[in-house]
Amino acid sequence: MIEAPDLSLAGLSPLLFLFGAACVGVLIEAFAPRDTRHPAQVAVALVGTVGGFVSTLLLAGTREVTAAGALAVDGAGLFLQATIAGLGALSILLFAERGLDPARSSFVASAAVPAGSVRDRELLTSSRVQTEVYPLATFAIGGMMLFVAANDLLVMFVALEVLSLPLYLISGLARRRRLLSQEAALKYFLLGAFASGFFLYGLALVYGAVGSVRLSDIQEAVTDEGGGTLLVLGLALLLVGLMFKASVAPFHSWTPDVYQGAPTPVTAFMGACTKVAAFGAILRLLYVGFGTDEWTWRPLIYGIAIVSMVVGAVLGLTQTDLKRMLAYSSIAHAGFLLTGVIGFDATGDSPGLSATLFYLLAYGLTTLGAFAVLTMVRDGDGEATHLSQWAGLARRSPVLAAVMTLFLLALAGIPLTSGFTGKFAVFRAAIDDGAWPLAVVALLTSAIAAFFYLRVVVLMYFSEPAGSSAAGGSLEGPTVGVPGLPTTIVLAVTAAATLVLGVLPGSVLDLAGQAARFVG
Amino acid sequence: MSDFPFLLLMIVVPAVGAAVVAALPRGRELLGKQISLGVSLLVLLLAVLATAAFDAGGDRFQLTSSVSWIEDFGVSFALGVDGIALVMLLLIGVLVPVVVGASWDDAPVGTRSTTTFFAWILLLEAMMVGVFAATDVFLFYVFFEAMLVPMYFLIGSFGGPRRQYAAVKFFLYSLVGGLIMLAAVIGLYVVSAQQGEGSFAFEVLNAIDIDPDVQKLLFLGFFIAFAIKAPLVPLHTWLPDAGAEAPIGGAVLLVGVLDKVGTFGFIRYCLPLFPDASRDFAPYVLALAVAGVLYAALLAMGQSDMKRLVSYTSIAHFGFIALGIFAFTTESLTGAVLYMVNHGIATGLLFLVVGMMIARGGSRRIADYGGVAAQAPAFAGVFLIAGLASLALPGTNSFVSEFLVLIGSYPTRPVFTIIATVGIILAALYVLLMYQRTMHGPARGLMAAPGAARPAAGEPAPAGGHGTTTATATATATTATARRFADLSRREIAVVAPLVALIIVLGVYPQPLIDLVEPAVADTVSDVGGDPGGVTPDVDQNGAETEAGN
Repeated sequence: MIEAPDLSLAGLSPLLFLFGAACVGVLIEAFAPRDTRHPAQVAVALVGTVGGFVSTLLLAGTREVTAAGALAVDGAGLFLQATIAGLGALSILLFAERGLDPARSSFVASAAVPAGSVRDRELLTSSRVQTEVYPLATFAIGGMMLFVAANDLLVMFVALEVLSLPLYLISGLARRRRLLSQEAALKYFLLGAFASGFFLYGLALVYGAVGSVRLSDIQEAVTDEGGGTLLVLGLALLLVGLMFKASVAPFHSWTPDVYQGAPTPVTAFMGACTKVAAFGAILRLLYVGFGTDEWTWRPLIYGIAIVSMVVGAVLGLTQTDLKRMLAYSSIAHAGFLLTGVIGFDATGDSPGLSATLFYLLAYGLTTLGAFAVLTMVRDGDGEATHLSQWAGLARRSPVLAAVMTLFLLALAGIPLTSGFTGKFAVFRAAIDDGAWPLAVVALLTSAIAAFFYLRVVVLMYFSEPAGSSAAGGSLEGPTVGVPGLPTTIVLAVTAAATLVLGVLPGSVLDLAGQAARFVG
Repeated sequence: MSDFPFLLLMIVVPAVGAAVVAALPRGRELLGKQISLGVSLLVLLLAVLATAAFDAGGDRFQLTSSVSWIEDFGVSFALGVDGIALVMLLLIGVLVPVVVGASWDDAPVGTRSTTTFFAWILLLEAMMVGVFAATDVFLFYVFFEAMLVPMYFLIGSFGGPRRQYAAVKFFLYSLVGGLIMLAAVIGLYVVSAQQGEGSFAFEVLNAIDIDPDVQKLLFLGFFIAFAIKAPLVPLHTWLPDAGAEAPIGGAVLLVGVLDKVGTFGFIRYCLPLFPDASRDFAPYVLALAVAGVLYAALLAMGQSDMKRLVSYTSIAHFGFIALGIFAFTTESLTGAVLYMVNHGIATGLLFLVVGMMIARGGSRRIADYGGVAAQAPAFAGVFLIAGLASLALPGTNSFVSEFLVLIGSYPTRPVFTIIATVGIILAALYVLLMYQRTMHGPARGLMAAPGAARPAAGEPAPAGGHGTTTATATATATTATARRFADLSRREIAVVAPLVALIIVLGVYPQPLIDLVEPAVADTVSDVGGDPGGVTPDVDQNGAETEAGN
């Protein structure tokens, strides 16, 4: 007799919301008339993400392993799921902004029309939108939430694909500079496919060594036999796959190109949500699967963290495009996050886990906000992301400049912003664990990175506006669009969160501290 | 009365004032200035009242309050002052209204609105009070870093021609130091956690014993941050740029108060928390300090830009302060603390006067001025007082502190003291040379070019001034007077008067200040294990001080 596997519907409910909404979105795409699709899709996607967010909150405190051991519902997983769902809902709002682009969306009217063709030019000003982005994004969010809850490597791999494939697609759907966007999508896809291959190969090696893909079985095997060659090799390959998604150097080469080419709302989405999901998986793999064998992976993570921080900070200095700059910033922050991952303590509470969770939340919100600001500064050719175009922006739009300054100071880790609280938490975890050289490197790279964040502030506040000088008549300064309700909400939420998590982070830190548990 | 939250109010009042001023609509600049002046005077009043409520012979920290802030980190919003911090708060209280008054008319020179300027000044005041009043190391760090932001915008938005460069350089230097300190702050917490409950509270941290090797690392973390801030040679290169490019009000607060956070940090954190390391590193620090005294004095003599010159004199003075701190005797440390206050007053005045001169002449170069004293005697008089106070002439406030530093350092560190004494002679040289060239001699630049239009701010005055004289020989008497170097206006007299008065009063009768700081200084010296009476116990400390006082 075959027993049906136990299935806790409650524990699955966040995922059900997301995948349900995504499926409904596909149906809408198939059956609803075109002019009703956009509002309907936005509504469904929002219901899905907000529903997922609320249900994770309701599940708080649950600790179980369900779906025949494939899924873990635990504090850390739920915290990450809530973070992803919340950031996802904000991203959907950014996707839904209709007020900024003259063509009323930052997504292409019809992705299948070749870029540059006659039809493409006709459609450039059409208010038609490829509304598939909403179900695709919802699938991606669902995949991310599954990713951080996956309790066995196979589910983790499936989730990795579910989150990646929609991302490859929506990266290529920019309305403007379509070729750049499509190039980015192709690059992302090719390199992402390689990374998935690494992950799968690692999975196979680990299975070969342990005879199971379940994280708890891996942990048992690691505890009993120590890390064998096969297991260590498998772990390394798995990490390559995950680090790629987390855009950790040296697996970062796709990040600047894709961040730059993708539609900015999608970049915001990737910068915030993908980072959270990838680190969620890294944490679970290392802490649950290989937690008893930390000396195998610690030197590895230690080295990668330093590489990532240095590469992100130093290469960020040379960037002249804001989106690329934020991409390198994201690489540097991945290194800071790994500093928190180091602060692991197999015996008791892991300060590193709660610190990393908090950092992910704070970083996600700030990054999302920073990219939301980018969508508002535009010239005739779409978004004005070149640094020189931002000169003197504070005089044209003091509020926007102030909000951007807040985000940049948070990314630089200045006290009284969320970035500082997060950095303090991860560095404390690292120093607590004796990894103070790593923390010192992290602090020095923070200082380097601060330089390029500051440069933007300098440009906005202390420089003469572009176009006002005799730099050529054709070079007109960008305009600052008036954001519609969705972008306004996103900016308000992210800016408020950046401040509150900096000034009064107590309750959220507590929450992260309580949530910082994995089920074995 | 001592339960009254003086310190909290001294942070909240200017912060709220800053928000109000920043929110004022365009066209209400005058109201913004009035609010700023009112708020800063209110803070001065609070500082005076706090001093009255402070019992010099009582506990080390008084007027304390503590609210848990971030429990997860063990951080509380803990405020409290010892005598040293209190005199710094008084200094802030005095300098900010003066700065507001001095910037009354020249704020719009920059590119941003006047109200923004005063809002930043008030916000800076709140942060500065916070940094001196914090008794929680984490809170101190937060204010220490957050303080950079208002100053950054003051320099960057309202500064001179090279303000962008100066603002970024200032910010990055301080940030690097701050981040290194952050590592040490966390390290300190971890050490305290190993010995019981992890804490950031100063009193808890002061009570624990730290392994000497760990002490060295932590000391260096704090020391580098403070040495950048103070600044000690060779970490000083940001100050001449920042000091020269900052608007005058910003420069006064930068050199007068902000940089004192560095020396204050030595006294409050480096010495008591890491006594062994402080003793080990003292010779090196003293070498840097003395090198700074001489090197900065030489550089000051070579400057042609007055604001840079004043900045370099400050670096030399910080060398003296560091000498006093790391000599570990009560006299020297008392001298160093007084020096911090007196330097704030004297150099603040010097910066203000130089600023007034630049506002009139439109140039920062010494060579563009000459013979000012003949046209503006009161102005020249104030300049002379500021200069003499800066070179520590007996009878001015700086003499007391410099003398105490030297007499206190000599018993333990005779060699360093003797070398530093040379700096006094150099100080006389660079101050008097600047005074002589600008105030006396033949009229030059603006004063000698009656026909030349007043040059625009930031541009050097026309070099061929003499040639134009004949062309405008027919100039009427009225325009000739308009072209004269205007003497001090009433507003300017009101601005400089309090500082001139303080220079003389504190020069003649410093005893109240000494009484206020001495208990805290004695605590610090005993923390660091120095003999409160110095190595040679036959030096009568009280005798030395009375001598200095008279």
